[in-house]
Amino acid sequence: MNQPPSDPPDPAADAEPRSWLSPALRAQLPFYVGVLLLTLVGITLAWVRHIELGIPWFPGAERPVWLVEARVDFIATGSPVLASLDLPSQPPGFRIVSEQATSPGYGFAIVDEQGNRRGEWSKRSADGPQTLFYKVQFVPVRPGEDNDVPAGDQPTPRARPVFWEEPEATAAEQLIAAAYARSSTPESLTRELIKLLAPETADQNAALLLAESDRATLLTRLLNSAEVPARLARGLALQDARRRQSLRTFVEVWADGRWLTFDPRTGQLGLPKDVLLWQRVGSSLLDVTGGLESDVRFAMLRQTVPALQLARADWQGAGLALFSLYQLPIEEQGMFRVLLLLPLGALVVAFMRIIVGVRTSGTFMPVLIAVAFLQTSLLPGLIAFVTVVGAGLLLRGYLSALNLLLVARIATLILIVIFITSAISVLGYHLGFNTGLTMSIFPTVILAWTIERMSILWEEEGAHEVMVQGGGSLLVAVLAYAIMQAPLASHLTFNFPELHLVVLALILLIGRYTGYRLSELRRFRAMADYE
Amino acid sequence: MTRYISPARLQRLGMLGMNCRNVRYISRYNDRANYPLVDNKLKTKLLAEDLGVATPRLRLVVRTQHEISDLGRRLAGLEGFAIKPAKGSGGKGILVIAGRDGEQFRRPSGATLTLAELQRHLSNILAGLYSLGGTPDLAIVEDLIQPDPAFADYSFQGVPDIRIILFRGYPVMAMLRLATRASNAKANLHQGALGVGLDLASGQALNAVQFGRPIRIHPDTGADLLGLQVANWEDLLQLAARCYELAGLGYMGADLVVDAVRGPLLLELNARPGLAIQVANGMGLLPRLQHLEARRRLHHSPAARVAYAIHAFRRRDLPAPATTVSGASAQQATAPAAGPADDRADRPIDRPVRQQVGQLVGQPADRVTDAAG
Repeated sequence: MNQPPSDPPDPAADAEPRSWLSPALRAQLPFYVGVLLLTLVGITLAWVRHIELGIPWFPGAERPVWLVEARVDFIATGSPVLASLDLPSQPPGFRIVSEQATSPGYGFAIVDEQGNRRGEWSKRSADGPQTLFYKVQFVPVRPGEDNDVPAGDQPTPRARPVFWEEPEATAAEQLIAAAYARSSTPESLTRELIKLLAPETADQNAALLLAESDRATLLTRLLNSAEVPARLARGLALQDARRRQSLRTFVEVWADGRWLTFDPRTGQLGLPKDVLLWQRVGSSLLDVTGGLESDVRFAMLRQTVPALQLARADWQGAGLALFSLYQLPIEEQGMFRVLLLLPLGALVVAFMRIIVGVRTSGTFMPVLIAVAFLQTSLLPGLIAFVTVVGAGLLLRGYLSALNLLLVARIATLILIVIFITSAISVLGYHLGFNTGLTMSIFPTVILAWTIERMSILWEEEGAHEVMVQGGGSLLVAVLAYAIMQAPLASHLTFNFPELHLVVLALILLIGRYTGYRLSELRRFRAMADYE
Repeated sequence: MTRYISPARLQRLGMLGMNCRNVRYISRYNDRANYPLVDNKLKTKLLAEDLGVATPRLRLVVRTQHEISDLGRRLAGLEGFAIKPAKGSGGKGILVIAGRDGEQFRRPSGATLTLAELQRHLSNILAGLYSLGGTPDLAIVEDLIQPDPAFADYSFQGVPDIRIILFRGYPVMAMLRLATRASNAKANLHQGALGVGLDLASGQALNAVQFGRPIRIHPDTGADLLGLQVANWEDLLQLAARCYELAGLGYMGADLVVDAVRGPLLLELNARPGLAIQVANGMGLLPRLQHLEARRRLHHSPAARVAYAIHAFRRRDLPAPATTVSGASAQQATAPAAGPADDRADRPIDRPVRQQVGQLVGQPADRVTDAAG
């Protein structure tokens, strides 16, 4: 069936040379280009939305998510309490999916102070040990879609003025001078300073300064003194199912228009994998007023969530999301789910009728039956359909004798169909089959017409033709149902409505198919004797 | 016989498939505006009368339900007649009355109907029971066709009709449809009527099929189908070719009958003629259609188109009925030999000649090898 049907043997045209692109095909070129364009546009749009919005191709796709829980403990003193915890905002390599705070009796708010997000718990009065929770879900960002604020958007920070007391001032000055001499850039200066501060190589100056403060803080102060903007950052090493973790300190240095992360212990540049920078801007991680012995500990868990759910959470405000059907009310979404499946059924009908050559009763009746099957599930639906049509055909036999006009006959059939479906529903309910047998789903008018057509067919062409066409209709309906009920089909049609352009292209192609139908290979089999 | 045939073989045979027919021929050559002309038998008939194309004589048109009550009086004086829905297709709803038995109407099968039953049938027709899409319809009553005795041996009860496919006004393929007991005396191939392919040049039987399978002997009458020869073949072709001017459809089928008294008559036209004619002829339509598609200039007069078709589509592999005659001159040469030379009536070729043709045609095995060669 697959050879191009353009050049059948023609004794008259035998002499002409044939190019692979026959004139007939060349005339149809715009059509095929249009079909190709439709396909490309559909697939490209879907691809872009997949990349940009993270809508998964497959319905079951899942992505890893880190659930981090910060637990704040302190002992309240009976006065008003205000606990303020630094919250992560746009940590490099991760994206926040959701966050929530749980703490009975406390008011909670997230405040933003010059780019520094803080969670604030407040209570008029509290006494004794208090525990506050803050939960946040992060999803690792795939390389290439890093959401770190581009360098150009950040104002260049200034080095903070640092005040040293003697004798630290001299020691710091000497350390900076030594490192400065051996470096050329902020990065190399940082590396040299870290080396000078390392325990193995620390000289007197370093030892003096390290006695006063920890290494990371000291490093930040030294860098700022050397007019290199630097700040402390605190990060969390993510490991599955860890509890009571604390944050590790890092130093961020401004160089070449962006923040570089250094490990102050090793001098290693760059953030280790699976480290989440929790705090980058603020000075303190936790401030508690009205409480004592405050402490914050972290627990974490690696989870998987449906990628689709994740994508939907991210859609808010994205330009491409304007095309999303998820913005409709839930009720209409349900309607559109079925509506968007219909083109697949239409494609099946076109294929079965034009390529295979199955005869059906009523062109698109099988699609409507298939939609009904979607609601009733296959077997109950099949039984119900055959019962209704069979009973209808029997009663239609009596109608014949009444000698009614056509319109009145169809109207009578509609009533009969409704009687039969109600009877089946009530009977099914009493037998305990009420779950699947939602008979009202079946399109009543279509059923009435089907019965009428089959009845006339029976009278004119005999029972055989009724079986052929009825069987053909059911076959196509079951096939359409099989495709439409596949989770992948419903997922793709609803989340990527643009893929319908591809379905359209396929239908257009089928519409121009001029080759033999599969059924004609049997119908014309007698021709084998004449070759 | 094999159960399936490969598409490559079908293509070699030049078989026209349903999709190809719809896309390349019907939608390209048939203007939709002209469909009502052929889908409505009354319109076809009135137009045909204007253009001098002979059709069965129209006796009565029933347009509204209340006219039906008056039916008995209006049918008075009509002995035999046929009631047809104007928009029926495939022979649906056609009721033939062969004569009367007192108050009763007698069908060709011998069954009788009362006037009330006739009235109910007409009422069904008007309601659109037999029309395309169930639209309201009207009924026409025509003169009964007097079966040509030449076909008496070949048809079970019903009147055989001749389907001729016309492409751009040229006859390209022809088939005779014969009723059988299996087809309920209807000339409907789906129901088991015989399809006999006819040589376009001579009207001589090429091959016969029933239910898509080759057959040689009529199952009810026992006549040898391959010995069949349609008389006055060229007149039939001329009549069919004139239908192109009538309907203006590039690809259509003309259904003709031969009346014993009036000669060839146009029964109806079909804008979507079926494909079974190819199996009946044992050859595909495509080479002939493409041959005509390739022609730049077309003949204007029906007579010239018929002459061209006879010349172009003659089966050269066919054993000639006699050594000296072939093609269009066949009946002119054989008919005088069989009957009075001046008899231009639809007198069939007499039995001796038919038998002679049958003998010449010989065994089916020979024919197959000939055709293959």
